[in-house]
Amino acid sequence: MALLEVKDLKTSFFTDAGEVKAVNGVSFELERGKVLGIVGESGSGKSVTAYSIMQILAPAGKIIGGSVKLDGQELIGSGEKVMKTVRGNKVSIIFQDPMTSLNPTYTIGSQLMEAILLHTDRNRKQAKERAIEMLKLVNVNEPEKRMKQYPFELSGGMRQRVMIAMALACEPDILIADEPTTALDVTIQAQILELMQSLQKELGMAIIMITHDLGVVAQMCDEVIVMYAGNICERGTADEIFYNPQHEYTKSLMRSLPSANSAGTRLQPITGTPIDLLNMPKGCAFAPRCDAAMKICITKPSPEFEVGDNHTSRCWMCAKNAHSSGEALMEIEGGENNE
Amino acid sequence: MSNKPLIEVNGLSKYFDVNTGLFKTKKLKAVDNVSFAIKKGETLGLVGESGCGKTTVGRTILHLYNPTSGEIIYDGKQIKSKESIEEFRRHATMVFQDPYSSLNPRMTVSDIIGEPLDVHKLYSSKKEREEKILELMGHVGLNSEHASRYAHEFSGGQRQRIGIARSLAVNPDFIVCDEPVSALDVSIQAQVINMFEDLQDKMGLTYLFIAHDLLVVRHISDRIAVMYLGRMVELADSKEIYDNPLHPYSKSLLSAVPVPDPKIARENARIVLEGDIPSPLNAPSGCPFRTRCPYATEVCATSMPEFKEVETGHFVACHRVNEIN
Ligand SMILES: Nc1ncnc2c1ncn2[C@@H]1O[C@H](COP(=O)(O)OP(=O)(O)OP(=O)(O)O)[C@@H](O)[C@H]1O
Ligand SMILES: Nc1ncnc2c1ncn2[C@@H]1O[C@H](COP(=O)(O)OP(=O)(O)OP(=O)(O)O)[C@@H](O)[C@H]1O
Ligand code: SF4
Ligand code: SF4
Ligand SMILES: [Mg+2]
Ligand SMILES: [Mg+2]
Repeated sequence: MALLEVKDLKTSFFTDAGEVKAVNGVSFELERGKVLGIVGESGSGKSVTAYSIMQILAPAGKIIGGSVKLDGQELIGSGEKVMKTVRGNKVSIIFQDPMTSLNPTYTIGSQLMEAILLHTDRNRKQAKERAIEMLKLVNVNEPEKRMKQYPFELSGGMRQRVMIAMALACEPDILIADEPTTALDVTIQAQILELMQSLQKELGMAIIMITHDLGVVAQMCDEVIVMYAGNICERGTADEIFYNPQHEYTKSLMRSLPSANSAGTRLQPITGTPIDLLNMPKGCAFAPRCDAAMKICITKPSPEFEVGDNHTSRCWMCAKNAHSSGEALMEIEGGENNE
Repeated sequence: MSNKPLIEVNGLSKYFDVNTGLFKTKKLKAVDNVSFAIKKGETLGLVGESGCGKTTVGRTILHLYNPTSGEIIYDGKQIKSKESIEEFRRHATMVFQDPYSSLNPRMTVSDIIGEPLDVHKLYSSKKEREEKILELMGHVGLNSEHASRYAHEFSGGQRQRIGIARSLAVNPDFIVCDEPVSALDVSIQAQVINMFEDLQDKMGLTYLFIAHDLLVVRHISDRIAVMYLGRMVELADSKEIYDNPLHPYSKSLLSAVPVPDPKIARENARIVLEGDIPSPLNAPSGCPFRTRCPYATEVCATSMPEFKEVETGHFVACHRVNEIN
């Protein structure tokens, strides 16, 4: 049994302009000790997927369907009491901007200790020891002194490390990192990634790494989910996604990146405008921007095709190579002739 | 690209006075004794960690900040007098990082692009103004229907195009591009980068291109300059600096860039630096990098290394450049 099983998760925001289907049928599994990357365009539903797992959505947001199982236990509908034991204890999250999740009016020490007291049965003295130990673990120098400092007195990289210390203080089974290094410099990012990698190996925890930086994904992740318009369009091992992408969006994304040899050549951008979740196309959400779009793409969203070992894609182009695609092929052909 | 420098910067410094307590101020050396030249039609990339002084270099060159010392020579003429600065501003502009906050959301696209035309009185009739605006919009791939719409109705990439069209209004030869694609989604970045390159080909523009994404910088730049704590530490051809970085800071910076290729990323030997970036208010003595440098010795703490040419066109500021390479 996988540690985390997300099945057909659907989360919407009910706004004045209408229902925003931010996450629209997401399914994936996460094994113990693995690193899963989630990539995709801005607004594709990466953060909302994470917030839905943690059940920390903004008031307008509601999980309207699906299942999230942690160690076999269903979390959706389990109630706040259960979720309180899950958050921090079993699943922790690091947010993009540490300033929004560290309270500026309390010292680093009191915030760390509070988290530890809340989630473990240590007493104050033990909590303090643990806090200092955690700061050491994440390479914060002079941890005793840092305990007495306020967040604004720390550099960005150090704040981010304090956030990681806080998230790890209760030894979660799963760490969700939502753009954990976007606000950081390259050399500080390297420190943080290295740290996360070594802690992950030492503590054997699983990580969900949300990022738009495909370099970070390549370095960190075993498996990758590619999201577009609230849905998973492709899923596979990192090597499959980078070297053998099957969905047209993933292919375009990979093609658009500058590389070592791209100087002097034109980049290949993804044309068209990003998706508007309030005006979703009827068929494949990527169809308006897809160079390979066929007739069926406009009328019908593609089912999920198995395109390799542990590699799936929701693109009609895959019907031809997929393992079980007889029906789908007929549909494409029907669609093509259906003038 | 010609061989004559369009712009030369010699010993440029910009210090800020910052309050460090009641009645106490301290000099913050945001940019300290920086020199470089950019040829006509060339792109010089400028990289380095947050706070190292990249934006300040750009703004000081354009005299948006008064230089503390040093000279700026544009097309053979020193830019110093009020008249020379005014004249210079008709040839040089800046594109800003954030397409979301740098445009007034209550102005229409045509007002935004027309503003510099008004300021510099660059038309003789209303009709000419309109024509110029539409032409500028055409350069950046916006069409005439967009003219009467408001900035907030556009996507990030489109807003960045509006900002660029605006900076092209004065018909510049030189543009400081300050993180022009950093706020954009990867899928849109490529469009804007292509546009910068097309405009350069068409109009012979010269760029100072500031960015923290080193893959983007390598793609677009002919040469690259690396800054650390207000100082320039290395400058060389783009390929040379990637294949053969000589300064210890550049070495670690380039090795730390995550490459979007799992096999390379897994094998990559990263040089992970210890410690944080020092505050420019308490810059270390001697070499600014010595607190994080794996090669630092005594001499590094006592004297500032000179920025000198060690191979043709390859400049480095490090006492030990010959020993460690
Ligand atoms: N509080 C909210 N109210 C209404 N819509 C929301 C809210 N939060 C998110 N959304 C919408 O849900 C969609 C998914 O948002 P999400 O934050 O998950 O995107 P993301 O993939 O994390 O993007 P980014 O890369 O920019 O962080 C977006 O279209 C967004 O506009
Ligand atoms: N107007 C100002 N007054 C005082 N200090 C300033 C001012 N502008 C910049 N600084 C300081 O000068 C230093 C260099 O800042 P600058 O904005 O040039 O850095 P940067 O390299 O562009 O960084 P980033 O990558 O974060 O944009 C920083 O320490 C900054 O705090
Ligand atoms: S399903 Fe069709 S439109 Fe969608 S990505 Fe594949 S080919 Fe393109
Ligand atoms: S001068 Fe010394 S401290 Fe500075 S980069 Fe060279 S070896 Fe390192
Ligand atoms: Mg997000
Ligand atoms: Mg800047």
